[in-house]
Amino acid sequence: MNATSDNEKKAVSDEQATEAKESSNEWPLWEIFIRGQHGLSHRHMGSLHAPDAQMAINNARDVYTRRNEGVSIWAVPSSQIAASSPSDKGPLYEPSNSKVYRHPTFFDIPDDVGHM
Amino acid sequence: MYAQMVKTDSTGVKSIDDMSEQEAAFQARIDRDEKIEPKEWMPDNYRKTLIRQISQHAHSEIVGQLPEGNWISRAPTLERKAILLAKVQDEAGHGLYLYCAAETLGISRDEMFDQLHSGKAKYSSIFNYPTLTWADIGAVGWLVDGAAIMNQVPLQRTSYGPYARAMVRICKEESFHQRQGFHIMMKMAKGTAAQKRMAQDALNRFWGPSLMMFGPSDKNSVHSAQSMAWKIKMNTNDELRQKFVDQTVPQAEYLGLTVPDDTLAWNEEKQGYDFADPDWDEFHAVLAGNGPCNKERLGARVTAWEDGKWFREGLLAHSKKRAAIASDAA
Repeated sequence: MNATSDNEKKAVSDEQATEAKESSNEWPLWEIFIRGQHGLSHRHMGSLHAPDAQMAINNARDVYTRRNEGVSIWAVPSSQIAASSPSDKGPLYEPSNSKVYRHPTFFDIPDDVGHM
Repeated sequence: MYAQMVKTDSTGVKSIDDMSEQEAAFQARIDRDEKIEPKEWMPDNYRKTLIRQISQHAHSEIVGQLPEGNWISRAPTLERKAILLAKVQDEAGHGLYLYCAAETLGISRDEMFDQLHSGKAKYSSIFNYPTLTWADIGAVGWLVDGAAIMNQVPLQRTSYGPYARAMVRICKEESFHQRQGFHIMMKMAKGTAAQKRMAQDALNRFWGPSLMMFGPSDKNSVHSAQSMAWKIKMNTNDELRQKFVDQTVPQAEYLGLTVPDDTLAWNEEKQGYDFADPDWDEFHAVLAGNGPCNKERLGARVTAWEDGKWFREGLLAHSKKRAAIASDAA
């Protein structure tokens, strides 16, 4: 009995995407990504609460695809998303403007060569 | 507006001289129309005001299902019933988008529900009026959703990213709501004499409360200036109210119905209608909890939440059990 409930606790803390407090019975939060009709990548649509992955997908269908918005749904536990910190903005996204050779326009190709 | 009289904890706008360097940089970002995103620094008051405003907006969507839900089982045709069901389902979705947007500011869903259920948080005064006839469902879609659109369209440009994105989704869906309402009114207004009377009666009862949705007059709206500087409020209450009246009066004329305001007149100079203020005493009474249906609405909401407790707990217990079985097997 004890072993089961310990396992249960462990499983819950491993599996569940909850940022809620220990005492809360709030369902964990999931981030929902949906692929539109046109061969696009999945795109973040929003988030929702659900007890598990299957229900997250069911709820996402009801909340985010009532009008043909998609053909495929991903549900990701919010707590599993690693995000860059806003204060990294400068160093992380420094556009390396010194490395102009990364852009195709850096290379001068004579017109005679034709389209490239 | 679905969020009326949102407090900002400040009187007037903070001047640039009173701001810390961080606050001034934040205001400059807003002035440049940059979106503020969840984990970025923001003044405490910006965060608190947004939580109040977005949660009040969300609560309004959720409580707003109740007056219309009253007519799902009484809709005159199967088609109207299906349409009304779809509309009410949309309102639940709008509430969810908004709750999620508020959660990115650090408040939990349960905390927001507690605030609603305990009466600490407000929702729009409009939902404390009864829907007595089928024409009221037409009037709600036409006028109430029409007024909501007035407010929500500019909020798509609001400074807080998740709020703005929720508004984009909501606005896409809202136009169906208003049109289905107007369609009901068209049917009623062109129906039998009794049906037309019903349509007129619905307009008579919902006109004033719809005008109140935009909140108090600008001269009595002490919290607006700071919210506008932060771009979490895009227009003043009176601007939006005027726009709503100018849009709605010709629609009423098209229906052959009379707007219940003897003072209503076109003003050539301002290129808009002059109209009478709604009854502000009534507005304050409804906000204070003394409208015709405040107790019924909140009571129904609390009952729904409590009656669903076993279901929420059951699903959670099931998912825990399945996770335990999966981890035993591993």
